[in-house]
Amino acid sequence: MSNYIKLVVLGVITVFTAIAANYARDLAYMVNALTIMLVAGGMFLWVLRNTDEPVTLVDRSGEYMDGVIRAGVIATALWGVVGFLVGVVIAFQLAFPALNFEWLQGHGNFGRLRPLHTSAVIFAFGGNALICTSFYVVQRTSATRLWGGNLGWFVFWGYNLFIVLAATGYVLGATQSKEYAEPEWYVDLWLTIVWVAYLAVFLGTIIKRKEPHIYVANWFYLAFIVTVALLHIVNNLSIPVSIWGSKSVQVFSGVQDAMVQWWYGHNAVGFFLTAGFLGMMYYFVPKQAERPVYSYKLSIIHFWALIFLYIWAGPHHLHYTALPDWASTLGMVFSIILWMPSWGGMINGLMTLSGAWDKLRTDPVIRMMVISIGFYGMSTFEGPMMSIRAVNSLSHYTDWTIGHVHSGALGWNGMITFGCLYFLVPRLWNRERLYSLSMVSWHFWLATIGIVLYAAAMWVTGIMEGLMWREVDANGFLVNSFADTVAAKFPMYVVRALGGVLYIAGAIIMCVNLWLTVRRSPAVEASNGLVPAE
Amino acid sequence: MELYTLLREFADSWMLLTLFLVFLAVFAWVFRPGSREVHADTASIPFRHEDAPAPDRDTAAKEA
Repeated sequence: MSNYIKLVVLGVITVFTAIAANYARDLAYMVNALTIMLVAGGMFLWVLRNTDEPVTLVDRSGEYMDGVIRAGVIATALWGVVGFLVGVVIAFQLAFPALNFEWLQGHGNFGRLRPLHTSAVIFAFGGNALICTSFYVVQRTSATRLWGGNLGWFVFWGYNLFIVLAATGYVLGATQSKEYAEPEWYVDLWLTIVWVAYLAVFLGTIIKRKEPHIYVANWFYLAFIVTVALLHIVNNLSIPVSIWGSKSVQVFSGVQDAMVQWWYGHNAVGFFLTAGFLGMMYYFVPKQAERPVYSYKLSIIHFWALIFLYIWAGPHHLHYTALPDWASTLGMVFSIILWMPSWGGMINGLMTLSGAWDKLRTDPVIRMMVISIGFYGMSTFEGPMMSIRAVNSLSHYTDWTIGHVHSGALGWNGMITFGCLYFLVPRLWNRERLYSLSMVSWHFWLATIGIVLYAAAMWVTGIMEGLMWREVDANGFLVNSFADTVAAKFPMYVVRALGGVLYIAGAIIMCVNLWLTVRRSPAVEASNGLVPAE
Repeated sequence: MELYTLLREFADSWMLLTLFLVFLAVFAWVFRPGSREVHADTASIPFRHEDAPAPDRDTAAKEA
């Protein structure tokens, strides 16, 4: 019976998107409609093929649902390399403007590729990492199979469809011009549906858990899912100009729109890139170090302090704008208070290794996790400092911000994700160990040196350009034109791009290593070979 | 009174106070007497049930 309902729904979607593609007012909308039409049509045929076939119900409640996590691990690794590659390309385009080719004008040059890069690394790489690790962690720490059956697969494929729709839309010009929230209205609606399913799967698993308590990692993941839902809906309140076109008009306007956007933008950092990834830290670091988290009390305080404080920090993105002073002061003060929970969390993560520091010498995976926590501490120190109004007057609109974001994203989010992938692949594919630990070491050093080159170059060029912008002569005239700063930044831009090359080289080595782990490493002997004595 | 002003006044008085007290209550709750054993048990959750879910209570009873 349910198959017939599925067929009706899929059929209606296929026909509707075919009509939408026909009436499309712009190319991005047409391509997205055709994409959905092909997906829905393909699923229609697949469901039709399986309808009225005999179904054998197998009770799988005795095992974890790991298939969707395996798919998520593959997607994370692949999207990671794609996102880093686009980043390296646009870094070279900034250093050498001639790389913005005439024949790519309007599709493949910096303006279109930049949101593609940010969304690919944050939402495709980071999002898939969060979804697959959260599914892994919530099952293990709730001691129960993922709730909702195939809904987990819907979340995975639905989320990746969202990424494909968003990415093709960017290249073809569909954007609502909100940083990190560029996708247009129909893509936003689709993400909302997927996200509600994600929340249902995660919460359903927690509710039917067999442990009396909810492990702290799940609190972080849950905060990430709930808050992102809230942020996404409020920041994307918009009215489409036509249901046959991608263009929409925001409900908020002026400074309200700016404030909502940076309330969203900063909490995307706070809850997507921080809370969610802290969920990873609180599970995978103790697992890899083979000892429980340093202080469970501190982890609870870390969680609640982060939740209470982060949501207010957004206005520091709008210093010296039309935003009222009290609001930007509020944002600044809360950003600075955030030092405490952030460093509490960093100490908690690092001290989990107390008594096991020798593992740093022998285990490059834990080394990766430790350096990611180090970068978490560094960027959560740098961020509040940059939110101070006086510092912000120098740093805002300069490359210092870019450097800050990348020490957080490459250092903290990237490295902890790599550590998790190295942890997960042997377990998910039943392998004794990773194919090569020396390849992990290579990855570690390439990535670390790449980040150092990147961050150092951006500090130098950012502070230099900030100082050049504000330099005035004795008569009060500006000394430098904008083009002067651009010319002065050239060497640092080349160094930055080379740092990116090192980072992506490390990521490619990781992919090869993980591939060979699945293909070549010896399998774990089946654990159910012996019948236990009863 | 205008709705915005009303909400604004509520937000920076009673709501602020409530949230701050809840925040402090969380700290007090964390350090409550007897929390040490609970936290030690909760912190060791990742080291159980790595390979398979915990058996249902009734099936576990049947096997025993």
